[in-house]
Amino acid sequence: MNDLALIGPILAAMFAAATPLLFAALGELVVEKSGVLNLGVEGMMLVGAVCGFAVAVQTGSATTGFLVAALAGAATASLFAVLTLFLLANQVATGLALTLFGVGLSALIGQGFVGIPLEGLPKLYIPGLTDLPVVGQALFGQDVMVYLSVAAVPLVHLFLYRTRAGLVLRAVGENHTAAHALGYKVLRIRFLAVLFGGAMAGLGGAFLSMDYTPMWAENMTSGRGWIALALVVFATWKPARAMLGAWLFGGVTILQLHVQGLGIDVPSQLLSMLPYLATVLVLVLISRDVARIRLNAPACLGKLFHPDA
Amino acid sequence: MNRRTMGKTVLGLAGAAIALSVGLGAGMGSALAQEKLKVGFVYVGPISDHGYSYQHDQGRLAVEKALGDKVTTTFVENVPEGADAERVIEQLAASGHKLIFTTSFGFMNPTLKVAKRHPDVKFEHATGYKRAENVATYSGRFYEGRTVVGAIAGKMTKSNIIGYIGSYPIPEVVGGINAFTIALREQNPKAEVRVVWVNSWYDPGKEAEAAKALIDQGADIIVQHTDSPAPIQTAQERGLWSVGQSSDMTRFGPKSHLTAIVEDWNGYYVDRVKAVLDGSWKPIDTWGGISTGMVELAPYNPAIPADVVKMADQIKADIVSGKRHSFQGPVKDQSGKVVIPEGKTATDEQILKMDWYVEGVQGKVPK
Repeated sequence: MNDLALIGPILAAMFAAATPLLFAALGELVVEKSGVLNLGVEGMMLVGAVCGFAVAVQTGSATTGFLVAALAGAATASLFAVLTLFLLANQVATGLALTLFGVGLSALIGQGFVGIPLEGLPKLYIPGLTDLPVVGQALFGQDVMVYLSVAAVPLVHLFLYRTRAGLVLRAVGENHTAAHALGYKVLRIRFLAVLFGGAMAGLGGAFLSMDYTPMWAENMTSGRGWIALALVVFATWKPARAMLGAWLFGGVTILQLHVQGLGIDVPSQLLSMLPYLATVLVLVLISRDVARIRLNAPACLGKLFHPDA
Repeated sequence: MNRRTMGKTVLGLAGAAIALSVGLGAGMGSALAQEKLKVGFVYVGPISDHGYSYQHDQGRLAVEKALGDKVTTTFVENVPEGADAERVIEQLAASGHKLIFTTSFGFMNPTLKVAKRHPDVKFEHATGYKRAENVATYSGRFYEGRTVVGAIAGKMTKSNIIGYIGSYPIPEVVGGINAFTIALREQNPKAEVRVVWVNSWYDPGKEAEAAKALIDQGADIIVQHTDSPAPIQTAQERGLWSVGQSSDMTRFGPKSHLTAIVEDWNGYYVDRVKAVLDGSWKPIDTWGGISTGMVELAPYNPAIPADVVKMADQIKADIVSGKRHSFQGPVKDQSGKVVIPEGKTATDEQILKMDWYVEGVQGKVPK
């Protein structure tokens, strides 16, 4: 087989592999823009994955499944929000606890759903366009969730930078004391942001359990929540860059599998490491420009806020 | 030599807490039945994995069924490998269990440590190589199953490219690839095997990605030595064949699943419990294959032609009768050098240390 003919399939697989990361990263990006650091992405993804799967199996409706997944992710996130925003618990510790809790809770809920197969979502097929060489499958042969994740990027961007609500959210993340003094409800805004982050993480998880590999397995996100967290910093809190980061990560993941299959002599352990290595490398490159990080990172990220303080 | 050497980090902590509480509960609950032999089982995964730990638990259930009036069984699932395992095994030993099966490679040292403290308790450790006065070891010759599967694949492939998803490049997996490839090329000398390592036993997403990559490179049969059914689903979606691992995975791809290599511990567990009951138990090493029933094949896909099924059954029968060995000379490595000469078969030592590919496998074994 001509190796160049592989570019099309690699591109197609790359977009699909990037989708769960993109959902979760966009959610976390909004959360962090509001000044909250939620390290529980992995846990929220898992709860979303299992709830979406369970409902999809019971009702036979993928739409209901994804809706419930988003709700379940948001519900899990609300736990974090109550603890850190109203009870002033440490965000890092609470986020880690949320991940551990999510792993356990999803395993418990999923007990009766292991080993049940589910149909994935149908793939788009436009005669002519989908058959185009190289880009056809990648651009016109995906399923609806892949397109939704990409559509969410400009939406999040427009919300953050072109709406009043987005401006207020960013203000809260930059300086919560000043925003509070201006009369904005800091805690309410952050609460909503955290819920949105949970819902997006839930969708990302459900994409895995209902579409990418339509089944439930304990801990099936296998660290993708952590990668999504890294992507947010990688993207310097810019939605479009988060998308590029997700594609880069997905692309390297897929590429290293192809390199192995072609029998090119590179150690597979090194190849498995590549996506993470790429992330670290870009982080290093970005960090060289301290001003850029400072300008983009929300100034109040991870800081607790109490209205009376 | 073997599987599941990787501990699960974060999940492990949560698992240990659950495991310990299960162990305690079980210990108290069975104090009533005093004359019965108490048998404990320690699993690395959840019994709901429908794979590795599930198969071990089937063995436990077989013991209950066969000897239920003489024994009671306890199991602890999701036990992380390492220090936490020692506490769980100790707990079982201290609560009156007289025979304990520790079913994963990483339980080796904890098992030996606890065994030293409890000379009156007998231990059985799966897939390890360290024994003691009261510690026996056992494992399966899974490569024998791969010989049968390889022959079937040789008959079924049209593209002459087989995609093989490996977990870790350890001798068990490399030996499986070799046994598969030898049988594959015996039927179809033009066929080749492409291997992708995912460096995980269980990562559905990554396994599916690996299957897609191999299929995009022209493979029309996907064989896996990882535990999730994701590769079967992917093969089914693309309308191609696949071979399952650990247990029957037909329901994940009824049109794709040719067969699966199934680990069957039932007979062994019943035998060993009987041996303890009648006092004949010895700390031996058992390495059983198709002949002992430890390695089985899942029901063949009805779409496999009758003559191929007949051939597969014949190979199975020949392995059982000893007429055939998975590594029967001459076996050449990738450079064409004869490693196992004509008229000889690979020794157990060679199989347990296998770190080279036979002719017909693409790429190199990662070192």
